[in-house]
Amino acid sequence: MTHSVSRRDFLARTGLIGCSLAASPLLTPVSFAAAPWDTRFVVIILRGGMDGLDVVRPYGDPAFRALRGTMSPGPEGGALDLDGYFALHPTLAPLMPMWEAEQLSFVHAVSTPYRDKRSHFDGQDLLEAGTESMAGVRDGWLNRMLQVVPGVTSQTAFALGRNDMRLVQGAAEVANWTPQAELDLSPQAVRLLELVTESDPAFHAALSEAQILSSVEANDDERLKGEHMEIAKFAAARLSEDARIAAFSLNGWDTHAGQERYIETALARLADTLITLRGKMRGNTWSKTAVIAMTEFGRTARQNGTRGTDHGTGGLMILAGGAIKGGRVFGQWPGLGEGDLYLDRDLMPTRDVRAHAAWVMRGLTGLDRGVLESAVFPGLEMGDDPGLLL
Amino acid sequence: MRDFDPQLAEIRFGYGLSPEYAAPTDINTMLSGLTGPDLMAETYPIQDFTAFRARMVEIREQRDIRKKNRGTSLAAAARKRRNEINKEARVDMAVWVGKTMLRRAHTETAFRERIVSFWADHFTAVGKRGVVRRGTSPYIEEAIRPFITGSFDELLVEAVTHPLMVDYLDQRLSTGPNSVRAERAGNNRKIGLNENLAREVLELHTLGVDGPYTQTDVTELAELLTGLTFDERNGMKFQKNLAEPGSETVLGVTYSEAANLKTVRTALEDLAHHPATARHIATKLAIHFGSDRPDPDLIDTIERAFVENRGALLPVYEALLTHPSVWDAELSNVKPPVDFMSSALRALAVPPAAFEGRTEQFMRGLFQRPLFNMGQRWETPNGPDGWPEEDLEWITPQGIALRVSWAMSAPGRLIDPLPDPRDFVDHALGRFATKPVRFAAAAAETRPEAIGLVLMSPAFQRR
Repeated sequence: MTHSVSRRDFLARTGLIGCSLAASPLLTPVSFAAAPWDTRFVVIILRGGMDGLDVVRPYGDPAFRALRGTMSPGPEGGALDLDGYFALHPTLAPLMPMWEAEQLSFVHAVSTPYRDKRSHFDGQDLLEAGTESMAGVRDGWLNRMLQVVPGVTSQTAFALGRNDMRLVQGAAEVANWTPQAELDLSPQAVRLLELVTESDPAFHAALSEAQILSSVEANDDERLKGEHMEIAKFAAARLSEDARIAAFSLNGWDTHAGQERYIETALARLADTLITLRGKMRGNTWSKTAVIAMTEFGRTARQNGTRGTDHGTGGLMILAGGAIKGGRVFGQWPGLGEGDLYLDRDLMPTRDVRAHAAWVMRGLTGLDRGVLESAVFPGLEMGDDPGLLL
Repeated sequence: MRDFDPQLAEIRFGYGLSPEYAAPTDINTMLSGLTGPDLMAETYPIQDFTAFRARMVEIREQRDIRKKNRGTSLAAAARKRRNEINKEARVDMAVWVGKTMLRRAHTETAFRERIVSFWADHFTAVGKRGVVRRGTSPYIEEAIRPFITGSFDELLVEAVTHPLMVDYLDQRLSTGPNSVRAERAGNNRKIGLNENLAREVLELHTLGVDGPYTQTDVTELAELLTGLTFDERNGMKFQKNLAEPGSETVLGVTYSEAANLKTVRTALEDLAHHPATARHIATKLAIHFGSDRPDPDLIDTIERAFVENRGALLPVYEALLTHPSVWDAELSNVKPPVDFMSSALRALAVPPAAFEGRTEQFMRGLFQRPLFNMGQRWETPNGPDGWPEEDLEWITPQGIALRVSWAMSAPGRLIDPLPDPRDFVDHALGRFATKPVRFAAAAAETRPEAIGLVLMSPAFQRR
């Protein structure tokens, strides 16, 4: 299979970025071979610290009720029973068919190596960098994965949305785009824009990429409500074609106060996103897809004084797609009783969330375990295969 | 070149060149511009938060009427009035967007506007729900703008104890676990400690995330802050029955058992004077006004000025402006979208009349919506850490595409006729105009495209 390569990629490979206008045939297509695998990988960063204990509620744990007081009731309060021990937040009811079709699962009590300072920003940086510490790290783990695979082009991976993500930053080419941006210019204006930005490689490259991406049609005129839906639709369209990887983020998980109300909005967005991804993928793309959603940390096991929860440690990872082993809650449950909590405060993480991400990538791309443990997640011990994929 | 340069002063420390207003002639002029009469605030007034609060009071009154008269026409009238108040605030907010832009376009002391913007970002606060979501400009007007030339500890106290910050970082209902209120509530779990404000004070406002604090310091400071709250009618207040009894120890300093505003203030002042705070603020200033990777000596120099002057801000700004590295002639930092638009209006000399009688929809279409899509929703950063400083956060394909669209369409909606593009190159870029930009300005097919091309040139996008 062949398809169009972006001009930026073409220029990068032929060393033309920043060279003269005459040498840049802006819309001349160039062909190249597709990425060396056929599976699809979607990474969603849940920014703000999702309360995993509210989303997948361990109602079977005898200590849970006392910690939560008024919040997070089990099935008796409307939560959707998953397996007799865990129950799903009722706002995720639209995902129950996905759970029943074994295309949705969860991993509980996971975290990055980040501990104790509980800063969103550091927590997110570390989650996206995929390292033990931030010292000297400038790129993200998804980008490092692309760096070790030959034949990756900027159309293989997309970062979507209004904010660039650290996850995909680095030496490998990744296209960034938001469906709201479109560039509709006369050919003369395009030529002159090239000219005025020529002296500035960063601007020049971004502009060229915008020009290419602007011409990408999502091939679907239906207007969806909300930016997250537009992004999911765009991602589904790209993944149905050449793209193999997409990454974006969903915000709104920092529920210090009035959590019942705020987390509903965030969860509804997450459900809409997953349903749109599945619904808008063409052919059998969904069956080859694994989506993972990760957050920078969990939240306090105890409900706080303002009907919310504060920054914690152990959290929840969400998996969806036709390529995953769905319908189960993975992870080693640490318990919530006396002495079980991390620092008597947070859900104790029992496994590094990066190990799960690494096993998913290994299953999807066949990448070597050694490469995953050194280049992608340096210093990680992947441990035993948790069996997250079919 | 490593000397003061008027054009560079306008570009790097202001909102770019203006065809109407002369650039500052020296560093002293820039500094004295910070302390003179606040002409821009007088000419383009924005409501302060104390006045804004009347809207919150009225909303509460209408809610009480609604509750007491459910199902009656009184309740319906109250709902209608509430919606009107919300709409008025939304419309006023669009007006304040215009006023903020006009201040930046028409000031002769642009460094002042940049400094206000720097601290407004450092102390990011956004109302959580209801009408207070429109209160950020009023907060900046009240808690930031008047305090930019005093000392950092004064600014810190004003911002952190301000009702909008208290609302934003969930301090309003934070209750000491052993407070009178908690004791009275018994096992009712609806009340208790919230450590959000305490954490962000340490992590963002003072020491910085690499600072020498622990979770225990966060919790202790959160307990110390209990009692700090506000009400709509009177603004900031200290409510003793929320306060955790006993003394708290933050970074090894044990504070008075007296639960009152004075203890809060003392703790904040100590944090303001902590050496880690000096380093944190110096680094932020150096990056914001210098470049993503500032000269280490610039940071050291600002830090020293901060420490030696116990956080007095004028000497800190002077240290920034007098350091040779900030006069490097190569333009570096990319203007974030809001600053890009502000400087475009300045270069185009958009008159105040351009905004008179405009609808809210017009202003939203011109500013708020494009800003939202460019990733800089008006006065609403993603979190309390404010907007990113890294250039690459802003030079994205989508961001650049949206800038191009705005640059080629917005000027024509604001001034008619547009200036001659060949003159505009000089007005907008001064001695930073390059040959390709001059060529493009003359060769474009239409005047709006030509203006847009100048605005999209790297010499205009960077500072």
